[in-house]
Amino acid sequence: MSAGPALSPRARRQTAIPGFGLAFGITLFWLSAIVLVPLLALLLRPFELGLDGLWASLAEPRVAASLRLSFGAALLAAALAAPLGLLLAWAVVRLRFPGRAVLDAAIDLPFALPTAVAGLALTALLAPNGWLGAPLAAWFGWQVAFTPAGIVVALLFVALPFTARTVEPVLRDLGREAEEAAATLGASRLQTLRRVVLPALAPALLTGFGLGFARAVGEYGSVIFIAGNMPMVSEIAPLLITIRLEQFDYAGAAAIGLAMLLLAFGVLLLLNLAQRALRRGLA
Amino acid sequence: MSVIVEGLVRRFGATAALDGVSLSIREGEFAALLGPSGSGKTTLLRVLAGLEPQEAGRVAIAGREMAGVPARERGIGVVFQNYALFRHMSVFDNIAFGLSVQPRGRRPDRAETAARVRELLRLTQIPELERRWPDQLSGGQRQRVALARALAIQPKLLLLDEPFGALDALVRREVRRWLRGLHERLGITTILVTHDQEEAMELADRVAVMDRGRIAQFDAPAAILDSPATPFVAGFVGEAARLEGAVGGGVLRFGQAALPPLAVSLPDGPALAFIRPWDLLAEPAAEAADQGRVRQVRPGSQAQPRVIVDLPGGVALDAMARPGVPLERGQPCRLRLLSAQVFGADGRRENAFPSDAQAERDETGLPRGAAGPGRLPLRSG
Amino acid sequence: MNATEDPRWFRALLALLAILTGLLLLALPLAAVFAEALRRGWDVARAAILEPDTLAAIRMTLIVAAISVPLNTVGGLAAAWCIAKHDFPGKRLLLVLVELPLSVSPVIAGLVFVLVFGLQGWLGPWLQARGIQVIFALPGLVLATLFVTFPFVARTVLPLMQDQGRAEEEAAATLGASGWQIFQRVTLPNIRWALLAGVLLCNARAMGEFGAVSVVSGHIRGQTNTMPLHVEILYNEYQFAGAAAVAALLALLGLVTLVAKSVLERLSGRRVSGAEGAPMRMLTVVSGGLLLPFVQV
Repeated sequence: MSAGPALSPRARRQTAIPGFGLAFGITLFWLSAIVLVPLLALLLRPFELGLDGLWASLAEPRVAASLRLSFGAALLAAALAAPLGLLLAWAVVRLRFPGRAVLDAAIDLPFALPTAVAGLALTALLAPNGWLGAPLAAWFGWQVAFTPAGIVVALLFVALPFTARTVEPVLRDLGREAEEAAATLGASRLQTLRRVVLPALAPALLTGFGLGFARAVGEYGSVIFIAGNMPMVSEIAPLLITIRLEQFDYAGAAAIGLAMLLLAFGVLLLLNLAQRALRRGLA
Repeated sequence: MSVIVEGLVRRFGATAALDGVSLSIREGEFAALLGPSGSGKTTLLRVLAGLEPQEAGRVAIAGREMAGVPARERGIGVVFQNYALFRHMSVFDNIAFGLSVQPRGRRPDRAETAARVRELLRLTQIPELERRWPDQLSGGQRQRVALARALAIQPKLLLLDEPFGALDALVRREVRRWLRGLHERLGITTILVTHDQEEAMELADRVAVMDRGRIAQFDAPAAILDSPATPFVAGFVGEAARLEGAVGGGVLRFGQAALPPLAVSLPDGPALAFIRPWDLLAEPAAEAADQGRVRQVRPGSQAQPRVIVDLPGGVALDAMARPGVPLERGQPCRLRLLSAQVFGADGRRENAFPSDAQAERDETGLPRGAAGPGRLPLRSG
Repeated sequence: MNATEDPRWFRALLALLAILTGLLLLALPLAAVFAEALRRGWDVARAAILEPDTLAAIRMTLIVAAISVPLNTVGGLAAAWCIAKHDFPGKRLLLVLVELPLSVSPVIAGLVFVLVFGLQGWLGPWLQARGIQVIFALPGLVLATLFVTFPFVARTVLPLMQDQGRAEEEAAATLGASGWQIFQRVTLPNIRWALLAGVLLCNARAMGEFGAVSVVSGHIRGQTNTMPLHVEILYNEYQFAGAAAVAALLALLGLVTLVAKSVLERLSGRRVSGAEGAPMRMLTVVSGGLLLPFVQV
């Protein structure tokens, strides 16, 4: 019995293409230096407070209020962004109208616009003397800017492209065949939309919702202009982190950061599980 | 349910996918639309289903004019090319869909729906798949689910768009036979779209060969093989080789010493001949400049292998070896032409035989197309 | 009418609603910035931009981008090349880690560097003893920017590299090319438009980043201020026209990026996917790892 030379583990798992070592080395070094080591600090430093101190630091009413606001506003914004994103995606994929190409490009605007610009723009628009703020105040007596409502608008702006762009490719791939099949089976257009199209888009909508939420919950630049930043009322969690840093309360700042990460992770995990449930049979 | 199509036209931009199609399908018939891709067969199917509007012409199904009737009101069962199963529904829900979208008054209740679905699952021989999801099914299983779903609305007409395209060769053969059996049991008028002639010939009572948006011929499979209506049909079905020749004084010559001339009653001028492999016998011959040469021997039936013969001038023809007379690669050989479909300069078609046709057939003892090994008086080559 | 088409009035209504949404949520804010910037006239806007502190902020923004974009391009390409063209254990984990910064709030991105390099950070005292300043200085700005823009190049070129498969690289390897030669002469030409798009997106984010740099900058006017931060300073000082003028400049950058991106999409014939799906992808991988032991396969 004779066996060839034993393959080293490296030789077995690599492809025939050379050059892996150097590229992998660069990647690992880069990743560690820029991302992993700093994030490790976020994981470890809150515990300098001790578990009790950590809990006390997070249980402060101002912290709790800011976390509630950040997560509540982000969830609401993502929930609003889901139907609007579906509308935009549907218009871009399924409808033909003048300006469709412009609308298609404009959906990416919140991706490309620096957040500070978005914040300033929305504030100018919705301030009591702004283009939208003035009529809203005059006709309905609503004030949007410098209230939690303003925060939701800003977060809706940043979350919208996530839902639209997640649904869009799925809608494009969906094709007409399933809808045609439903029509030949006697379904009305409304039945087809409700029972065939919408369920097929549901997982993508849920993903878009999750992505929009993830982006919105950590959003800072566009919010602080429009929020008014009143403690306990319109102060978001990321702002509180910067405030604690300015007081050199590093551990307390890190504690809020860690809490945000874990909470966001929990929300996304729930969404992910919901999505699995939606997809059941699809492996 | 009979289907009558008259002068149907459907254009996409400048190209006419359907260019005046007329067709009449009898109640309970299994018809096949056969043609190369782009010949308009799928478009015809989609117009029948109400998925595509017609621009001119008429469609009548069971005597009812179909223009303006939306797909959902036609009650036609369609099995789509890639089955178009609803991915987010279980097999059960897919099949039940057509029942559950019926108007409230007619909609069967839960128990009745379940009973109907189970019956269809039994009919399509997949009762074990009830709780599965489309992504967990094999191609053949998906096809059966798609068929069960289409049958659930009790269609009087069943349309199948390339239903075997996604199956591998082995499954395809088996499913085909099963489908034909099912048709015989249910008796639903069925139209099958396919580009595979073997499929069309095996399944259908009549085959409509489509060529660039028109029906070139609509006939029983045997008739299409034996008397093709146009050169296109002759070339498309039956693996026929296309050879140009010239008719002079009732004789068709190919300008090939290796191919004997044929007796025809066509006018003088150019002609097109279509020669099927089983109308051409190759036998060993002495080395000569104008002789054919065996390029390749295909292991077909052991008694009568198929060969590819190179002729001088770069022509290659498929032929059958004489039963019991093995040929080898590179061996010089002579060709014996039993018959051919010839289209003359005036467009007339003739089934032509060699000048000494009768003698030839007696001598070989072979009816056309059939192989009778071991009964041949051998010729010395 | 087609079988799967909705009634005309319904389509018109949907188109109208979509246009209205686009106008209200997307176009109007953009218009507001430019209107605000030019409200007191062109000269005021010009003066606001030519003010020394603003010019210093523009310079700082350009310096930060000029350092961080090339670095992240190299890192991103190396990561994408490993993931798309090689097999190794932990590949999915690497992809998740590369995308990780997208799931992290920009403020936290800044925070982590303060935790490491700040006065009370892990390395703070050591650095201070040697007179090296990271936080409230250029290195901190660059680090924070590197963190938030880390995934952009990798995520834009990766889908394309994966679609293109490995056949061409393998062919080059059989012809005797080295890893670097393959990368440079086979892979790189194939992804050039996507790479350019990735670099543009990376650059737009680097120049426009606010939260992360806000935490590490210290907001020292004329020194550690970038353009987005300067917008905030001016705004807080009630110099609305000035703030809007600088913001308009940044908005132009965003618009140019957007146009360039759609041109590149047309050139390469596919959508630049960007990095949008990252948090959910991460969760799919992570929860897959968590749940797998409990799920019957």
